[in-house]
Amino acid sequence: MYDFSYHRPTSLQDAVSLLAKQPDAKPMSGGMSLLPSMKLRLSKWTDVVDLAAIPDLSGIREEAGHIIIGARTRHVEVATSALLHAKLPALAELAEGIGDPLVRNRGTIGGSIANADPAADYPSSVVALDATIITTRREIAADAFFTGLFETALAHDELITAVRYKIPKRAAYMKFRHPASRYAIVGAFVAQMEGAVRVAITGAGPHVFRIAAYEDALTKTFSSAALDGVTPKLPSLNTDLHASADYRAHAVVEMVRRAVKAAAARKSI
Amino acid sequence: MPQVTMQVNGRSVSGEVEARTLLVQFLREHLELTGTHVGCDTTQCGCCTVHVDGVGIKSCTMLALACEGANITTIEGLAKGDVLHPMQSAFSEHHGLQCGFCTPGMIMSAIDMVNRKGHALDETTVRKELEGNICRCTGYHNIVKAVQAGAAAMKGA
Ligand SMILES: Cc1cc2nc3c(=O)[nH]c(=O)nc-3n(C[C@H](O)[C@H](O)[C@H](O)COP(=O)(O)OP(=O)(O)OC[C@H]3O[C@@H](n4cnc5c(N)ncnc54)[C@H](O)[C@@H]3O)c2cc1C
Ligand code: FES
Ligand code: FES
Repeated sequence: MYDFSYHRPTSLQDAVSLLAKQPDAKPMSGGMSLLPSMKLRLSKWTDVVDLAAIPDLSGIREEAGHIIIGARTRHVEVATSALLHAKLPALAELAEGIGDPLVRNRGTIGGSIANADPAADYPSSVVALDATIITTRREIAADAFFTGLFETALAHDELITAVRYKIPKRAAYMKFRHPASRYAIVGAFVAQMEGAVRVAITGAGPHVFRIAAYEDALTKTFSSAALDGVTPKLPSLNTDLHASADYRAHAVVEMVRRAVKAAAARKSI
Repeated sequence: MPQVTMQVNGRSVSGEVEARTLLVQFLREHLELTGTHVGCDTTQCGCCTVHVDGVGIKSCTMLALACEGANITTIEGLAKGDVLHPMQSAFSEHHGLQCGFCTPGMIMSAIDMVNRKGHALDETTVRKELEGNICRCTGYHNIVKAVQAGAAAMKGA
């Protein structure tokens, strides 16, 4: 890892101004993606701005029919939240499936979403649940947030402060996980929202995407049988050492089917 | 160079470190607490597991400077004099190791597991919760037994 200057601001304003001053400054939350990439010298930063000492960035609460999760809320807190197990169990289950317990003890939701790893789990929940990303400047709709491979709509000196999720009637996340890293080779988040069903896929393409044909069919009838005979139009999928594009295309269909079955078995909220 | 001060195994320690110094380097190279191992250096094997403010973490993926003011427990901090921690005794009794390289991390991770999941741990839970710790020797069988026994023994301790 190349050396850098370490900062530990105690307010969001100070964090943002440190970032604004240095084009090669980077925020750090749990460090579970940032530090490994710096250690491998895949990335190099002059300044690391640790968000750990900024108050009020973590916690899970319900407000006006939404679930709001602070950016520094760790995966373990999402996985074990009684509120989420009652109102949005699919999200708690997703968090429980990230990495391993020691990674979940440090890694945070804001870091995962900002990182926009094509194989990360949380981005699928953001898009399927039509969430809003709350930042130090504005609110960004889920569909406008993930813009490419490791790319988001965030500006260099803009920080995520929280994620606001809509509460679905029913939802489920199913991932075909890589057995060693536990990242998603393909993950499908299916959510039956008020009025429409949303289907978001992670792991398969350069970033999370929705499948309109499945959403239409499931909005009419929310059962896995509704998927029979529907041919989804998929974007160009990834081929890498773990799986070919064809393999992923097959896994997408299967993971959506399993997620619909799991969601349909749930009590509607 | 920046200065850092933290509590390690109940003792206040300070040192000058580079910003890029990892907690595990600070423990091993500055404090000479070499019980915490580095197996992979890529956040996967769990050999470097220690507790920071009571929570199990991989010390190869935490900056020493980020531990300013924190309370660190390493494998060296578990025994009380000559009396081993119940989880250490359980690994000894159940032969939960062969070469022993992964053992400090396994034990720190196992105690974190008990803190999160309680004392009655079934085999499936232990295996799932050990996903962040890799052992090249044992095949895990006796590690699982040791963790179950250690978890139960910690209840009385
Ligand atoms: C062994 C291992 C296994 C893993 N397995 C999985 C898995 O199965 N599924 C999965 O989804 N992930 C997995 N991860 C990644 C893990 O979930 C990380 O915790 C997560 O990707 C990043 O969160 P973090 O809080 O650690 O962020 P950091 O590593 O601190 O930061 C990640 C990126 O986000 C930026 N950032 C952080 N916080 C903010 C903010 N508030 N505003 C703006 N930008 C910000 C940083 O600048 C950096 O670019 C794994 C990681 C490891 C080490
Ligand atoms: S050395 Fe830290 S996880 Fe392997
Ligand atoms: S006992 Fe040798 S690596 Fe686990």
